[in-house]
Amino acid sequence: MTMRRLFLVVLGCAAASVSAAEPIAEKTIDFNRDVQPILSNNCFFCHGPDANHREADLRLDVRDEAVGGEAIVPGKPEVSHLVNRIMSTDPDEQMPPPESNKHLTDREKQILKQWIAEGAEYQEHWSYVAPVKAEIPAGQNGVDVLIQQRHKSLGLEFSPQADRRVLIRRLYSDLLGLPPTPEEVQAFVDDQSPDAYAKLVERLLASPHYGERMAIGWLDVVRYADTIGYHSDTPRNVWPYRDWVIRSFNENKPFDRFTLEQIAGDLLPDADQETKVGSAFNRLLLSTEEGGAQAKDYESRMLTDRVRAIGTVWLGQTTGCAQCHDHKFDPISTRDFYALGAFFADIQEPILGRREDGMLVTTPEEQAKLAALDATLAETRGKFNAILPQLQAAQNQWEEDVVRAGTAIFEELAEGSQASAGDKKTAEQIFALVKKADKDRNSRERDQIQSYFRSKVCSQHKEEQAALAKAEQERKAYYDTLAKCLVSISSSNPRTVRILPRGNWMDESGEVMQPALPHYLPQPETDGRKLTRLDLAQWLVSRENPLTARTVMNRLWKQFFGIGLSKVLDDLGAQGEPPVNGPLLDWLACEFMDSGWDFKHMVRTIVMSQAYQQSSIASAELLAADPQNRECARQSAFRVDAELVRDNALAVSGLLVNRIGGPSVKPYQPEGYWENLNFPVRTYVADSGENQYRRGLYTWWQRSFLHPSMLAFDAPSREECAAERNRSNIPQQALVLLNDPTYVESARALATRILNEGPAATPERIQWVWNQVLQRNARPEEVQIVEQLLTQHAKTYQQAPESAAALLGVGGAPVDEQLDKAELATWTHVARVLLNLHETVTRS
Amino acid sequence: MSLFENFSELQTRRQFFAGGRSIVGSAALASLLGPASSLFGSEAGPSGPHFAPQAKRVIYLHMVGGPAQMDLFDYKPGMQDWYDKDLPESIRNGQRLTTMTSGQARFPVAPSKFKFSQAGECGMWMNTELLPNLAQKADKICWMRSLNTEAINHEPAIAALQTGNQVTGRPCLGSWASYGLGADNENLPAFVVLVAVPSNRDQEQAISGRLWSAGYLPGKHAGVSFRSKGDPILYINNPPGVPQALRQRSIEGLNQLNNINFQQFGDPETQTRIQQYEMAFRMQASVPELTDITQESKHTFELYGEEAAKPGTFANTVLMTRRLAERGVRFIQVYHNNWDHHSNVAGRMPSQCKDIDRPCYALLEDLEQRGMLDDTLVIWGGEFGRTIYTQGKLSRENYGRDHHPRCFTMWMAGGGAKGGTIYGETDDFSYNIVKDPVHIRDFHATILHLLGFDHERFTYKYQGLEQKLTGVLPAHVINELIV
Repeated sequence: MTMRRLFLVVLGCAAASVSAAEPIAEKTIDFNRDVQPILSNNCFFCHGPDANHREADLRLDVRDEAVGGEAIVPGKPEVSHLVNRIMSTDPDEQMPPPESNKHLTDREKQILKQWIAEGAEYQEHWSYVAPVKAEIPAGQNGVDVLIQQRHKSLGLEFSPQADRRVLIRRLYSDLLGLPPTPEEVQAFVDDQSPDAYAKLVERLLASPHYGERMAIGWLDVVRYADTIGYHSDTPRNVWPYRDWVIRSFNENKPFDRFTLEQIAGDLLPDADQETKVGSAFNRLLLSTEEGGAQAKDYESRMLTDRVRAIGTVWLGQTTGCAQCHDHKFDPISTRDFYALGAFFADIQEPILGRREDGMLVTTPEEQAKLAALDATLAETRGKFNAILPQLQAAQNQWEEDVVRAGTAIFEELAEGSQASAGDKKTAEQIFALVKKADKDRNSRERDQIQSYFRSKVCSQHKEEQAALAKAEQERKAYYDTLAKCLVSISSSNPRTVRILPRGNWMDESGEVMQPALPHYLPQPETDGRKLTRLDLAQWLVSRENPLTARTVMNRLWKQFFGIGLSKVLDDLGAQGEPPVNGPLLDWLACEFMDSGWDFKHMVRTIVMSQAYQQSSIASAELLAADPQNRECARQSAFRVDAELVRDNALAVSGLLVNRIGGPSVKPYQPEGYWENLNFPVRTYVADSGENQYRRGLYTWWQRSFLHPSMLAFDAPSREECAAERNRSNIPQQALVLLNDPTYVESARALATRILNEGPAATPERIQWVWNQVLQRNARPEEVQIVEQLLTQHAKTYQQAPESAAALLGVGGAPVDEQLDKAELATWTHVARVLLNLHETVTRS
Repeated sequence: MSLFENFSELQTRRQFFAGGRSIVGSAALASLLGPASSLFGSEAGPSGPHFAPQAKRVIYLHMVGGPAQMDLFDYKPGMQDWYDKDLPESIRNGQRLTTMTSGQARFPVAPSKFKFSQAGECGMWMNTELLPNLAQKADKICWMRSLNTEAINHEPAIAALQTGNQVTGRPCLGSWASYGLGADNENLPAFVVLVAVPSNRDQEQAISGRLWSAGYLPGKHAGVSFRSKGDPILYINNPPGVPQALRQRSIEGLNQLNNINFQQFGDPETQTRIQQYEMAFRMQASVPELTDITQESKHTFELYGEEAAKPGTFANTVLMTRRLAERGVRFIQVYHNNWDHHSNVAGRMPSQCKDIDRPCYALLEDLEQRGMLDDTLVIWGGEFGRTIYTQGKLSRENYGRDHHPRCFTMWMAGGGAKGGTIYGETDDFSYNIVKDPVHIRDFHATILHLLGFDHERFTYKYQGLEQKLTGVLPAHVINELIV
């Protein structure tokens, strides 16, 4: 087939999204693909599911109603009101009405007419119907079979397989987020065995860095961050959850179990520390410590935040639209919305103000050590308690003396005392308190007196007091070092959840809601018992739920092909996009469930496919016909995620500290970037030592001021669940890669490697570093450009050694003093150029 | 155009500015309806403006914390007789209060302690004791005393005012302007943010970077923060030990290498990346000139005051907004903090007003002198108003005021705003609006109108919906505010 014909066919299939005036090529209309997007986009706002906003009592989303009112007369477009209205040019008649700013193209009108002429058959919305698994011949990969089925009708073919170097770079990027070493590339290129690629895939799936790579997308979609989000945006303890995600992917925890632990890890029959850490998911929402904030306001915000999260993460439904009114396009009602919110009413948490420290997350060794410290503390406290009556008696005696003798009894207040003004003031305050009758003192005042007496006055029992103070201090110091995590704890006294009319939290007239599952989706039998978060979680990953597996597989597809099969990742509803290859998304969803929700199995299935292994180089014709690569007749090239831009630079420069997990870390950040954070004012202190060189996903995630380098490369602030990242190409990215100290230091470290580990001659050095960063040889014209750069830069730095020293001084890693500074500075520039190359930050 | 041709052109431009003349003003006119070429907003919105804009750029001075309208612009002389009497229940009318005063036993009225008089031909009653300079511009200003919002706490209120929605994550006005109009300068972003440092830092509110994020609009429409300390733009400066010449050569080499890659693989993103490096380079080259205010004339500092020479002050920031506006930046957002006067209005209001009075006057005067006021919209205001009743202790001489969303005053000037208009009225207590309310949605619709957009048709598709700055509830352009 010629490219020209291909082009036309592709256009024809893109249906409603393309507004070409040509007739649809001799095809019958498919409601879900062709008609529903038009109706949803243009009609449902007034003639759809929301009863409160329905015009003329007409709904077009239900066939009986549309036909009943003769808006649609099946088979007879000429007498269908709908057709008359959409064809009308009279502004009073015309649909959609001119003031709606909606406009049907001629092509869209024709689709509707043809559909009515063909009988106006409706289909249930595609994503609410259980996925059907296509038959795949034994021994073949469903991914390839189903893509090729479409290719056949479109006249497309797979592109050739990418070369080995590209394949291994792609796999490392997609599965680990790290570059391969030149040795690893060479070994793969040289491996003649038929299963060389499969072996590589298995090795990477088994790497502990696989979990780090997979975690990035998951942390986006659950909006994981280190701070509370609103107003003061203060820290909270949740990082053990991030490590739990990494671990879950590495252990290949089945996705159903992964889900249960997050939504109901505290309610599982086998709940333990690990599952409870998973339940931190419920605590990842935004919260506030703003003075003057109102509890009901934030209680409502937190409820809606959680319902939106369930919609985005698992269902691919924009549940948030139903907060104030029934969804305009999808069948989600306001009742569904608040009933979903009611599942979380049992979670114990402060609505306003500081979060608690959270659950201790400890290893058995740590538990043992803490227990030992507790025992010591109990013992010393016992000893102390034994002397307490004597201490109390002494204090009583002293208080009587004070009352009798007055200030004279205080050394600080004696004539000629050398005590500081502060000490004098304290003594005066204590004197005033002691004079008060005991019943008039509050507990703080009692503590003040007691503490003053024991530290300043009493000379007895110092040993027991000191031992207790020491034991308390040691216990606290150790406790402070232990990991803690906000987790879900179920309260037996859940909050009352009401429907909030128009989302207004001040209106308390709405009906009280019990937890319930969305009415329009398949339901399990529950015998009327009160449902819990565990029920919700089990329903999300039940075989009957048509949405979860599709939603998750659609996101996974994007990781490997750059765009979802349905490109709107967080909306599989009417306003989203019917999948470009529905049978493939269905097959993936079914295979995922059939495999026991086996994530690695699905990743393996995708990366083992021929589709995945194609070259990403596209002919101009293919690029024009399918610019977004929806049909997978090639692979896609795209700039890697923000975290991986960093990881790559640190890895090739040798600076990367590849330790997994732990508290979030603080890379270099421009001074004053946090200047406008308040309550309290904070100063950013960058980590020194190993923590400066950790992978990007461990970066401290400050929601209101995300690290500017991460932000520049489109990392989301994670205030909302983000199913998808933008992939922008903006000048700030250039500024970051050129000037952020992380990249300048990486360039210097890479230059140090060139001089220390590379060959001696300049052309060979260039080849060597090309292989380190790009895992290929430099082309002759590239070598030439670099040689010119070297000559120019060398001259500058030989003449200005102070400039060389200044450049080399960027970053905390020690400078190799054995090396010539001018030479090192010169090569630093070459390394810097290399780290800035488009190819370096691109997965192809 | 090669990088270095461009650089030499930039040098020429620099000389133009050194001469104190604006070439960008005319460039802006020329590109009124054409696609503006810019590094950040190179693609205009879906269709460009719907009609010819009256305002080609906006300078928005946001007073963080919420200035007290009855102490500045909403004159309520009758309150003197209500001193220390409780706000009538009929006025409060079930209004919710923040948790900072909801526990108070009484809500005694605190009349303003400041001296008001009428300003200009329009006769605007205002605090001429603290804002004597601004008062001279009364007839250039369009006064709106009936702004109102639903939000009662800072964070949601600022979000609502800037993005049209209390829930964070939506694009702000500046991003919408960048999306719709792009920039008029290919060396600078379309949308710039500056945070001024108040001279009194008693009770500053948090300002979050999310306020100038692009929300669901493409990332290039996010505001670029210009800082008064450190790098003016994040990462704009070379690392130490990298002279200008080396930077040029490095980027040139880099682009050559990227070009070889493009020729090999044909990935169009490679070309985009080359352009981004060129743009970054031009930005690096143009920012030092932009931020070098030593070249301003003596007249400028006489006009704005000597404070204008101190980096970070409000006067300095406002002077910078004029320099940015001259260079074709589309939307310049300024934040000035410490207007959250829960207590000690007497102690804090004077220094706040001193910070802004002369610079606001000077900005309007300066824009006018340069022939830019007609197409530059200047906006001033906070995120909500404050209560007539005191928070905490009350005396004739001092009091505090809590947040109040039902009415507050903002003003606009230039850019199609009708000078000398006094719009909207509140009741005797400055508590409820009695005439001509301006909801923040109406305010947004009106600003978009001045920028050439019908707010109903100015949309961006996200989550299946045609999203608008003005949201789903009705919003109206207020024609009385417009020339």
